[in-house]
Amino acid sequence: MKGLFIISGLGVLAMLAEIFKFKKLLYPLVLIGILAAYVTNFMEWNNNTNIEMFANMMRFDNVALAFSGVILVTAFFWFILANDYFEQDHVTDHFALVLFALVGAIMLTGFSNMTTLFLGIEILSIPMYVLAASRKRDLASNEAGFKYLIMGSFASGFLLFGIALIYGATGSFDLMAIRSFISHAQGDLPAFFYAGVLMVLIAMLFKVSAAPFHFWAPDVYEGSPTVITALMSTIVKTAAFAAFMRLFLVVFGGVNESWSMVLAVVIALSLVISNITAATQQSVKRMLAYSSISHAAFMLMAILANQRGMTSVSAILYYSLAYSVGSIAAFTVLYNISKAKGNANIEAFNGLGKRHPFMAVCMVIAMLSLAGIPITAGFFAKYFIFSVMIGTTFKWLIILAILTSAVGVYYYFKVIIAMYFKQEDGEQEVTMETSHVLLLALTTIFTLALGIVPKYVIEIFT
Amino acid sequence: MLVGLLIIVPLIASLLVFFTKGNTSRTVALGLSVVEFILSLVVLFQFKHNPASADLMLNCPWVESLGIHFAVSVDALSMLMVLLTTFLVPLIILSSFNTSYEKPNSFYGLILLMQMALVGVFTANDGFLFYVFWELALIPIYFICLLWGGENRGRITFKFFVYTLFGSLFMLVGLVYLYNHTGFETGIKSWAVTDLYEAGKSLNLQQQSVVFWCIFLAFGIKMPIFPLHTWQPDTYVNAPTQGTMLLSGIMLKMGTFGLIKWLMPVTPLALAEWGWLAIGLSVFGIFYASCIAIVQKDYKRLIAYSSIAHVGLIAAGILSANQQGIQGAVMQMLAHGVNVVGLFLIADILMRHTGTREMGKLGGIRNMNGNFAVLFLIVMLGSVALPLTNGFVGEFLLINGVYQYGAWVAAFAGLTVILGAVYMLRSYQAIMLGEKRDSAIAFGSLVSTDKWVLYIICFAIITFGVYPKPLNDLAEEGTKAILTYIK
Repeated sequence: MKGLFIISGLGVLAMLAEIFKFKKLLYPLVLIGILAAYVTNFMEWNNNTNIEMFANMMRFDNVALAFSGVILVTAFFWFILANDYFEQDHVTDHFALVLFALVGAIMLTGFSNMTTLFLGIEILSIPMYVLAASRKRDLASNEAGFKYLIMGSFASGFLLFGIALIYGATGSFDLMAIRSFISHAQGDLPAFFYAGVLMVLIAMLFKVSAAPFHFWAPDVYEGSPTVITALMSTIVKTAAFAAFMRLFLVVFGGVNESWSMVLAVVIALSLVISNITAATQQSVKRMLAYSSISHAAFMLMAILANQRGMTSVSAILYYSLAYSVGSIAAFTVLYNISKAKGNANIEAFNGLGKRHPFMAVCMVIAMLSLAGIPITAGFFAKYFIFSVMIGTTFKWLIILAILTSAVGVYYYFKVIIAMYFKQEDGEQEVTMETSHVLLLALTTIFTLALGIVPKYVIEIFT
Repeated sequence: MLVGLLIIVPLIASLLVFFTKGNTSRTVALGLSVVEFILSLVVLFQFKHNPASADLMLNCPWVESLGIHFAVSVDALSMLMVLLTTFLVPLIILSSFNTSYEKPNSFYGLILLMQMALVGVFTANDGFLFYVFWELALIPIYFICLLWGGENRGRITFKFFVYTLFGSLFMLVGLVYLYNHTGFETGIKSWAVTDLYEAGKSLNLQQQSVVFWCIFLAFGIKMPIFPLHTWQPDTYVNAPTQGTMLLSGIMLKMGTFGLIKWLMPVTPLALAEWGWLAIGLSVFGIFYASCIAIVQKDYKRLIAYSSIAHVGLIAAGILSANQQGIQGAVMQMLAHGVNVVGLFLIADILMRHTGTREMGKLGGIRNMNGNFAVLFLIVMLGSVALPLTNGFVGEFLLINGVYQYGAWVAAFAGLTVILGAVYMLRSYQAIMLGEKRDSAIAFGSLVSTDKWVLYIICFAIITFGVYPKPLNDLAEEGTKAILTYIK
């Protein structure tokens, strides 16, 4: 909870930095601030009193703290990755926007009222629209920002409408009140309540870019500056899933028969569309965009499973951590490659195994993790999802997920094959600054460590 | 604890080797793999001495809440497989001394990493751990084939990887399904192998059939069994020699071993229902692969097909689910592992000395190097299972076991012994005998490391052909233990 204040304070501080001219100090300050927020997060762990804030608008229980922990860890890694980004113009604006997006993300982990949900989503999204367009002389970046804005606002409209309908049926914005209303009604709910639930579902599916609401994602991911793409596919995703989970496992869990079939179809579509399209991509950035849709589908499966106590929650937590760390590693390599070669196509990776073995090895481990091969974090992530799914009636989705995972291996391995098998063309030297080397080493160790001792995350709530 | 060391030593060895440079890599790798072999002999001694010793078991929780344990142990069956692995890896490393690979540290590091995973597969006593090691074995061999393979390696190794991964994922589903049915009485789910056996037996025929085919797919691809074999010949031919040796000598045994330990005791009903189909495929595969082997021109490719034929018989023996069949399969796994490494080394020697593996261009090498001719002959005879070679014991038991299942199967399987003799003898004739061809003239004498590897292999072929008792006793013990679960 205090973490939220610290990050908000940092955001305000970033805006002041322009006036009081301490721009240079800002970067270390932000890193320290994120660590401090992380530490306060730790200190609040298992503190079961006073977790309700602002007249029960927010509620920072262990689940919220765990997810904001994931967000803060990823944010710390992300700031190391993005150090370049804060050396161009509009430095303080960039800082402030990213930090406010983080505030929104943390809010989404701990909301306990429909209004805070909406606020969180908007606080997260609006800076992201601007950041997507932050390479302001680049047409693709402008297009990305514009598309993201239009589509995102459309989804927010759905969300608001859904919230209104639910309010109309239940008479409350409070999550717990809605929950108890649902359980007392025992199926005797007006039809427009279900319409509201489905609208909220659609809005959330938009935000996590699940098919068929995914059309914005590849263009936005490709057009945005690479570091912003990394931000979108990690932090924004984790936050959106934390919110999704809280809504559909906790609040609408009682009416799951009304949305589970819809969700199952969405998952099936996402798995098939994303993996098959990703396999045909030339640009690695775009491929990662499509693959993120497939990872979203996996996390949605845990929500669909709606399983015994905390197992679904910890499966999602583990998945988002594994996926975020793996993605940050992949984006770090991608960022350095595209800086050196001028594009993010698969050919740019040719011969990297010889030219920069360290980078290549880290990329291999990131790809293995994203593809879900033991003994990386990604394998356990997928395994935990399977193990919550196998007890449900949606066993066919597991088979589909396995078939599409095999396709996933195809496109992740295209990168590996390019690095080790293809001859490089062109002369550009690929170099990496020390901070990025450290970041890669850190994320790689993290990926392996998560795979070797998964229990510290998976048993976190027990 | 000893068994833990068996897994840790190759892991540490591989990390050490990654940090070496140049020719020291291979020396260090060889030294450490010999250490591992000695360690496995110590384990064998301990096992003989006191099979229930605490040194031979290790069980510590990994993810307690999900019933996942790091549980490894040595029984008669896994002891044999571990010995095969630790015996072959030093030979494989030694056989590479005459080829200079780029980045030798990675090459030998990956071989040792693979060894770690293989020992893990053979000793794992926890279904989840088994799966993890099973997949882990795939990664080093993929990179060995991708980085040091022949032409087209990108496409071919990729096919190999996706094929096997695809099978493995189905195995994972099968295993998770079983896991989900464990702890029916206690309510505590567990991955322990005996609990999975119990869970499997509690299922009805239909459920067992699903599990059977899911898991069989993974093993069938790994071995490989017709019609899942299409990745194999290209991969074997394209991989560097040491990669091929690892694939055929040891990795193939993961499939057959898995069949014995992780499939047969789990789904007895499905086995009774579907055994005929699985055996039919295996036996047809023998016939099919033998026929293709006869018309091969490339010697390495011929061995690749012969390997499919051999493994088909092994699978048929296992699936016939009787004492002779399984025991023969175990013996044949050991013999085939040793012999096929010898054959691939011979193919590699031919390639290095004459520049070709095409049998039409070879001939009369015996005139140039009689010593090599004798060694080749011994390995070849071991492979066609002549009495007094190591191949005979297993093959005899296998055909015996298959006969108990059905005379028609044995007739078919027996036919393949003849076909095997046809292509093996013909290839020997084409390469070694007859007119001295141009390619043979420059053959010269063998390098000492090659000679030593062949000596050791020939020694093993003859010793265990004349006196198979120690191995046979272990195989019998292991088979009996498994059969108590199947019955």
